[in-house]
Amino acid sequence: MDGNGIFKMIISIASGKGGTGKTTIATSLAVSVDTDVQLLDCDVEEPNAHLFINPVFVKTEVVSTPVPVVDDSKCSLCDKCDEICQFKAIARIADTIITFPELCHSCGGCWEVCPEAAIEKSDRRLGDVQIGHRNGLAFVHGRLRVGEAMAPPLIEAVRSYTNPDMLTIIDAPPGTSCPVIAAMHGADFILLVTEPTPFGLHDLKLAVGAVNILGIPCGLVINRSDIGDNEVKTFAADNNIPILMEIPFDRQVAEKYSQGIIMAEVIPGWKEKFKKLYEDIQKIVY
Amino acid sequence: MKELVVISGKGGTGKTSLMGAFASLAENKVLCDADVDAADLHLILDPDILQQTDFEAGNTAIINTDKCSECGLCRDLCQWDAINEAFCVDSILCEGCGVCVYFCPEKAIDFPEKMCGEWFLSDTRLGPMVHARLGIAEENSGKLVSLVRQEANKLAIEKGIDLILTDGPPGIGCPVIAAIGGANAVLIVTEPTVSGVHDMERVAELASFFKVPAMVCVNKADINLEKTREIEKFAIENGLKYLGVIPFDQVFTRSMVNRQTVFEYDSNSNANKAIKNVWEKAVKEMGI
Repeated sequence: MDGNGIFKMIISIASGKGGTGKTTIATSLAVSVDTDVQLLDCDVEEPNAHLFINPVFVKTEVVSTPVPVVDDSKCSLCDKCDEICQFKAIARIADTIITFPELCHSCGGCWEVCPEAAIEKSDRRLGDVQIGHRNGLAFVHGRLRVGEAMAPPLIEAVRSYTNPDMLTIIDAPPGTSCPVIAAMHGADFILLVTEPTPFGLHDLKLAVGAVNILGIPCGLVINRSDIGDNEVKTFAADNNIPILMEIPFDRQVAEKYSQGIIMAEVIPGWKEKFKKLYEDIQKIVY
Repeated sequence: MKELVVISGKGGTGKTSLMGAFASLAENKVLCDADVDAADLHLILDPDILQQTDFEAGNTAIINTDKCSECGLCRDLCQWDAINEAFCVDSILCEGCGVCVYFCPEKAIDFPEKMCGEWFLSDTRLGPMVHARLGIAEENSGKLVSLVRQEANKLAIEKGIDLILTDGPPGIGCPVIAAIGGANAVLIVTEPTVSGVHDMERVAELASFFKVPAMVCVNKADINLEKTREIEKFAIENGLKYLGVIPFDQVFTRSMVNRQTVFEYDSNSNANKAIKNVWEKAVKEMGI
């Protein structure tokens, strides 16, 4: 709660389908609301929000995950580590235990089970978390190391910077599997961004399925609302999902986006609409 | 056998629409939708499913409360905080590592295999297709991607077809790594925006990391001609084969709404001529 008795919520912006406008909505919302706000870009595979916010970065944290290293001189070749590992990241081949660090999920099973204490921890770098700000807007994003497969722990590292005294806006990755769940769980509201096309609708249904599993209230932004067909609106009505904003296709908006310009900062009238969007979300959450 | 995987880094650049267009242009091919997280190619190709198979991968821990002595060892060992104070496992958080199962002194934890989704062998009007559906909020997307690619390969061998066209996922993480490993080439479909350029550079680096030759084309090129030139320059300087541009064209949306490929919807649009040009260059480059 702040001094006005307003609870600082977490809004996660997701979509299912990529390229529907998550980053446009996240950045525009972040620069429009009259409250302390932080933007967490949790699309760590392809983070884009910084290209629009242009933050000054003040800190970079390397995020790693522990992986096993076997001390052959202590190893008795009992095979217990090979047995416990579900991810084929440690295995006995002839008279040696070989590790495959890129397959390791860091469950700790091998070093817990080793009777000789022959397994030590080394680090595999997942990527970096960068912390910065612009004009009072707090900004954090994660950048997955190219070649690294495991995004969720890096997303958790970005989310560990959540400041409960601020409105937190999360830019989630596309899809519906584990990275998206990592970017949505624990949020107070999920804002789903879609486009009114068969692909947009199909992936929206999957995203709504994920939101329902998490049991978080959600609402919809329909981007490029005048292209495509009417099916998204029918789906929203049938499933009692409120449509909170519609943004018609505008080539000027697309061109500004291409240059890294935040829509709400240049297209007249949209800052007010994003303020209203935040008010509408507050009404739903409380 | 040649496999071309279409990827993008950024989502929504037109991968699947382009894949549909290529399906219209290529004569003999197996189609493979490796974006198992949010598969969309079937929405255009309306497949007749010939065979449907469950995809089981990984396990989930389930605590048998009758046997549990509430000693708390499982909660101490779990790296994912998936076991709550009532000794109930949150199946979304559970990574399936089995450490709790192994160490439980009461042997009170079951570890059943998990149904993560399903995959399909299908026929479409444009050729045979392998596709899948990952369960919502599931893990193991990389394994399912590898599986559909293997099945597409098997099917191609069976049918004597020597080309696989694979629609890849966005991003650079686990499913993308599974989608490009061992492919003959990737085609990166990008767009001339700050995000498109940034994401293309990262996914191009990924392709290079896994030593897969990469080609690049720019969709919606006229939205920002300066960025389009920047992409061409990057491609040339970084050893990526530059295949040219496709103009912004409403035919992409209109054909999708009609559940048709862009060529089926309107064979004479501006975008189509450009797509044909991109396809012919890709064919030449891959020696298909």
